[in-house]
Amino acid sequence: MIEASTAPAAHRPHWADLIQAEQVHGSLYTDPQIFQQELRKIWQRTWVYVGHVSEIPKPFDFVMKSIGPDPVLMTRDKDGQVHLLHNRCPHRGNQVCEKHRGNQRSFTCNYHGWNFGLDGALRGYPFPSGYARDKRKELGLAPVARVGIYKGFVFGSMAADGPSLEEHLGGARDAIDKLCRNSPEGEVEVTAGFLQHKVMANWKFVMENETDGYHPAFVHASIFDVADSQIGSLYGDTSTAVTRYFGNGHSEVDLRPEFRRRDKPLSWFGTTPEKLPDYVARMNAAYGEDEARRILIDGTPHIMIFPNLFIAEIQMFVIQPLSVGETVQHVTALQFKGASDFNRRLRQQTMGSVGPAGFLLADDAEMYERSHRGVQEKNPEWVYLGRGSHRERIDEHGYRIGHATDDLCSRGMWQHYRSLMEAA
Amino acid sequence: MGAPDHALTGDLAEVVRHHRITQFLYREARLQDEHRYEEWESLWTEDAVYWVPANGEDIDPERDMSIVYDNRSRIGLRIRQFLTGKRYSQLPTSRLRRVIGNVEVLGEEHGGTRVTANMLLYESHRRGQILWASRNEYLLRAVDGQWRLAFKKVALVNNDTALTTMAFLI
Repeated sequence: MIEASTAPAAHRPHWADLIQAEQVHGSLYTDPQIFQQELRKIWQRTWVYVGHVSEIPKPFDFVMKSIGPDPVLMTRDKDGQVHLLHNRCPHRGNQVCEKHRGNQRSFTCNYHGWNFGLDGALRGYPFPSGYARDKRKELGLAPVARVGIYKGFVFGSMAADGPSLEEHLGGARDAIDKLCRNSPEGEVEVTAGFLQHKVMANWKFVMENETDGYHPAFVHASIFDVADSQIGSLYGDTSTAVTRYFGNGHSEVDLRPEFRRRDKPLSWFGTTPEKLPDYVARMNAAYGEDEARRILIDGTPHIMIFPNLFIAEIQMFVIQPLSVGETVQHVTALQFKGASDFNRRLRQQTMGSVGPAGFLLADDAEMYERSHRGVQEKNPEWVYLGRGSHRERIDEHGYRIGHATDDLCSRGMWQHYRSLMEAA
Repeated sequence: MGAPDHALTGDLAEVVRHHRITQFLYREARLQDEHRYEEWESLWTEDAVYWVPANGEDIDPERDMSIVYDNRSRIGLRIRQFLTGKRYSQLPTSRLRRVIGNVEVLGEEHGGTRVTANMLLYESHRRGQILWASRNEYLLRAVDGQWRLAFKKVALVNNDTALTTMAFLI
């Protein structure tokens, strides 16, 4: 007698075993099936950062972006509304747009000539008598289910339901607000174009490294040794900077305690008000001298907004997973509206630091790749995240904080990751 | 029927000049392949610009992000970073060999001689075997009888795509 065949056991990891309080299992970074589940449960569900409104300032502007491995068109329609559209013709699945960016009144699929508005609506198609009914109302470029914009930062969620963007961002909203206040006009702009840096490593190594304050003293020793940089001291054993976990996977390294101790405007950027007189004058005019001074002492945040937006003081990184072992970091200099002298310095400094040949990021990338190769060895099987567990505390807003060099941010990310992966 | 002697002499002078320029470019390539950082740095003039654009060949480096956009002082910083012995993205170093070809001397201009060439580079690194290709543009200047680099632009063919780490000298 032949037993009725049963479906093969679903690959359903026991997340609580793999993600423990102070250690996570190495396979979380390397198992292709886990990566496929992450696409469904994280990248196609939660809010993912896509782009900034300043990249498409005018009606009919568009730029090619992504959510996870998938391309997404960010467009502005004739009325100025922002859309996120899948780049897939509803007819035979052809990619409709082959340009990286541009301004045009419609997209035409080159395969059979179907024509779409910048809002994704099907405007027309050749030889319409071939269809019994008008298909224009039924078919169009599929929109990303939800679009949310916070202070110009555009996020998309492929899930129709779920927490609002504001709920998702939670405490990270405050960091974005503070970032924008470094502009005399209160706005960030993303206008300098992106470098794309590919690393042969899992995306979570990249994400965790962004608010890892333990590595700079070692990974970046080469540039701290030779550049006139004061970054090194921020991440030392005696630093007063703190790591903070906001919930929902978001975390920051809050360097303000160190900058406030220095009590010098623009010290955070390694310069002085005399070097950027126009910027400082415009900040004083916008916020008043006292408040401007406070802003210029505190500087900009160093925050990782789960799962893919890293604001690193003067740069913005967007993390894009391509496969379980391949990740792209898209990076550009932040630009502050109304601050042209400052913006020029931001671009120069960013270009030196980041991208495939950057003084900092080339070495970070090397570490992600070595970690990715390392965890494929099975002894030990675990990655240890216990640093600073004994000295975690709660700040005045109820967030968990720790020393600048502690693993607190990673522990928080993994708790959130576990909750997303355990969800049905 | 032959060309007059003075024309031949002129042609010969041009050939010799072309030869000297290509020998200089080959030498620069070898210093890069062999990570001879200080010798490579000594090839640059004091007003040098070393530029590796991203997202095309004709972006404005004063406005748009480039992969490398170094003035002379930043070239020096790049070299000093290697010399610390802690530039981990090049420890161990990539094994490199490149070919410079299609060398064209475009002409004289203020500040030097404009030259273009194609470059094909094979890299072997733990992350894999990677082929890099570029159109290079140079402004060469004779200083004390030696060619020097006043400007070098490396327009990678795939600079509008995601690139792996390239901390070596390109």
